Amino acid sequence: MSVVVVLIGVSVLVAASFLVAFLWAVKTGQFEDKYTPSVRILFDDDKKKEEKKNN
Amino acid sequence: MDKKEANTPTEILCYHCGDVCRDETVRKDDKFFCCTGCKMVYEILNENDMCRYYDLGEKPGISPAVRNKTKYEFLGDEQVKKQVLSFTDGRNSAVTFLVPQMHCSSCIWLLENMNRLDAGITYSRVDFPKKKVTIKYREENTSLKKIAELLDSLGYEPSINLDATEKKVKSDHLKKLYYKIGIAGFAFGNIMLLSFPEYLGLEKLADPGFHKLFGWLNLALSLPVFFYSSSEYYLSAWKGLRNKVINIDFPLFLGILVLFVRSLYEIILQTGAGYMDSMAGLVFLLLVGKVFQSKTYESMNFERTYKSYFPLSVTVSKGGEETTIPLSRLNIGDRIIIRNNEIIPVDSILFRGDGNIDYSFVTGESSPVQKVLGEIIFAGGRQTGSLIELEVIKNVSQSYLTALWNNDTFKKENESRLQTFSNVVGKYFTLFTVILALVGAAYWLPESGDKALNVFTAILIVTCPCALALAIPFTFGNIMRIFGRNNFYIKNTFVVEYLSKAGSIVFDKTGTLTHSKQAEIKFSGLPLSAHDLSLVKSVARQSTHPLSRKLYDHISNAKLLKVIDFKEFTGKGISGKTEEGTAKLGSEEFVTGIHGRTEDFSQDNSSRVYIAVNGDYRGYFSISNSYREGLEKTIEELEKNYDLHLLSGDNESERQYLNKYFKDPLQMYFKQSPENKLKYIKALQNEGLSVMMVGDGLNDAGALKQSDVGISISEDVANFSPACDGILESVNFSRLPDILKLSKSSIKIIITSFAISFIYNIIVLGIAFEGLFKPIIAAILMPVSSISVVLFSVLLSNFVAKRRGFK
Repeated sequence: MSVVVVLIGVSVLVAASFLVAFLWAVKTGQFEDKYTPSVRILFDDDKKKEEKKNN
Repeated sequence: MDKKEANTPTEILCYHCGDVCRDETVRKDDKFFCCTGCKMVYEILNENDMCRYYDLGEKPGISPAVRNKTKYEFLGDEQVKKQVLSFTDGRNSAVTFLVPQMHCSSCIWLLENMNRLDAGITYSRVDFPKKKVTIKYREENTSLKKIAELLDSLGYEPSINLDATEKKVKSDHLKKLYYKIGIAGFAFGNIMLLSFPEYLGLEKLADPGFHKLFGWLNLALSLPVFFYSSSEYYLSAWKGLRNKVINIDFPLFLGILVLFVRSLYEIILQTGAGYMDSMAGLVFLLLVGKVFQSKTYESMNFERTYKSYFPLSVTVSKGGEETTIPLSRLNIGDRIIIRNNEIIPVDSILFRGDGNIDYSFVTGESSPVQKVLGEIIFAGGRQTGSLIELEVIKNVSQSYLTALWNNDTFKKENESRLQTFSNVVGKYFTLFTVILALVGAAYWLPESGDKALNVFTAILIVTCPCALALAIPFTFGNIMRIFGRNNFYIKNTFVVEYLSKAGSIVFDKTGTLTHSKQAEIKFSGLPLSAHDLSLVKSVARQSTHPLSRKLYDHISNAKLLKVIDFKEFTGKGISGKTEEGTAKLGSEEFVTGIHGRTEDFSQDNSSRVYIAVNGDYRGYFSISNSYREGLEKTIEELEKNYDLHLLSGDNESERQYLNKYFKDPLQMYFKQSPENKLKYIKALQNEGLSVMMVGDGLNDAGALKQSDVGISISEDVANFSPACDGILESVNFSRLPDILKLSKSSIKIIITSFAISFIYNIIVLGIAFEGLFKPIIAAILMPVSSISVVLFSVLLSNFVAKRRGFK
């Protein structure tokens, strides 16, 4: 049954790593602006295209 | 808007901003523009190969305002720069501008690609919901002034004021709330997982060592929840106690505390599994409610004072030399220079030039006021027309308008006088539960001390008012969102409750009951032919005077003629010559040569524009403020339930007209100064009434602040509005009765959901009283009752709002 103890330890660690990821995301401001990134992601391709055009 | 929907198919829309082009003279690369400003922006973008701007959105541009060269001169001043920049090390600097004009994805694209227009910019990033752009740049290649000018020339006029740096506190608070939720959620999930053997009665099957291990793990997981995540409730309860109030957070604190202490006791003494899952779940749900409640309209500012509206700097003339200094360094006796469209920041005397002052931001009245040499000009007006020179006679903070902010009302903490529902309930509820718990304990005490303690804690846990603590944020938060969808933006969720409590409503007149832009225009005199009309329209088009503008917009379907010889006589009128004749528009004296009005004009408060075509006098247009559509019905509706008052800064000329609406003539006051308005509200409050103020201009700022709930009416919510609790878009003015009714219903919804949660409580209370309370019951009951209450309050408030015709 001691394997259960190991599994529980692992499961808590996995959950804790998600918690850390969440705290990090909040800390770096990823929850502050929830709209602009959704628009911005559509622009990024554009620059490369234009460079190609110029070549 | 009707401009865009115009039905003539020949109409040409500006390639940049989408407005109707008034003629076809402004063009470039077979594209038409409404003005040279728009064309210039297009040229800048075209040169830099940035025309993608036009592919992203449909006619995304903003027509840039006419700018004078010195507008951003003050950004060269080191002291000002220090206040505006968010970071600088001398070589690299960062600044965040508020850009109210941004409105679409094209704007984001352009603002984030500013480095292609100015090589000194190293980084630019838009926060669209806040309408902010953060720019980093190298000091050696560009300057703050240049960047501001670049933004301005593209039509994105940055709104710079020193107040703009004050909002950081709120985002930090929200961040902390997210941390707390994350931790509580993490603990909630894991404790529940570790409690499953307990729920399913499996603990007897397994090794008793597991039981012990799970208990200790649960305890470890619950520590950060108890000490960190729920700390806000302790602080709030303590704050309340110190002010001798028992607020809703006190019974919550009691519930959390009892849950924790009893679980601690059970785990340490191995008598049971504890209620750590319920505690973590309770804290988690409560915090989610807090986030839902903390929704704000970030691009809007509800705290504006005159400072966010006044310029930061002013041009001073000393011995013929012009320098730009920050407003704070302005002294009495200084000569200041105000150009077209600049705001007069201080009470002063007109020294040189023709004053033509537009006080629309102050009073809501849009027709400019003429001022002659030697006259006192009050701060807050905007000069329209030519340059003027003024002599300062008062300090900025002591001026007629700004002195209002020295009133005590503005120094007080922003706390409402009104008792909130949750605090009232909190008080009685706490008393009730503590008594009940004591009774339960007393009943069992003779039998067994252990059981008495068990019952005592179980009752406190069961009656924890978490359902109420959730029903309030979810109902008010949902109503706030419904209001937002209907163009009524409130500062926070508490405003819903204050709205429901209002007993008297005080209105401002100009700009609130009347339109500040739209005017009622009537013509009296000889009928004008189509030819005359097109002459008048063509000449009026040449002038920027608001009356000309109104006339131009009023005359539709007239052919525009080319005006050859246009003259503007400030304060008198305009004249113009076309190939088909001449037209003269202006004051009676200017047009007819006769001074003074002959007719009785006490009945209306209108401005008149006299017209002469080809030298013959034809009559006059009278242009007056028009009252908002549906005003009569709105007032009638409100009059049934509310005590209505009117405070106007204008003279009494419209008293008779307003008598139709306001039945009680004693409650209409005219010629009220900003200070008087504030005092009037205070007097009403001293009579024990809760007062709602509806106003629009800076002169209502004191009254809006003093009132229990202040609503500002705005033609365009992106524009300036004074400090208030809510901003209502003027097209929805007639929805005011519905808004008040919906906020009243919201209180009823909360009471109902409270009653529902009480039914759950009573059922379980019976179990608790018998001493049969188990962790599994708490673990099931708590989320079920909470979630059903949240669902009920959200669905019911949506339903009620729909029935009242809200979107």
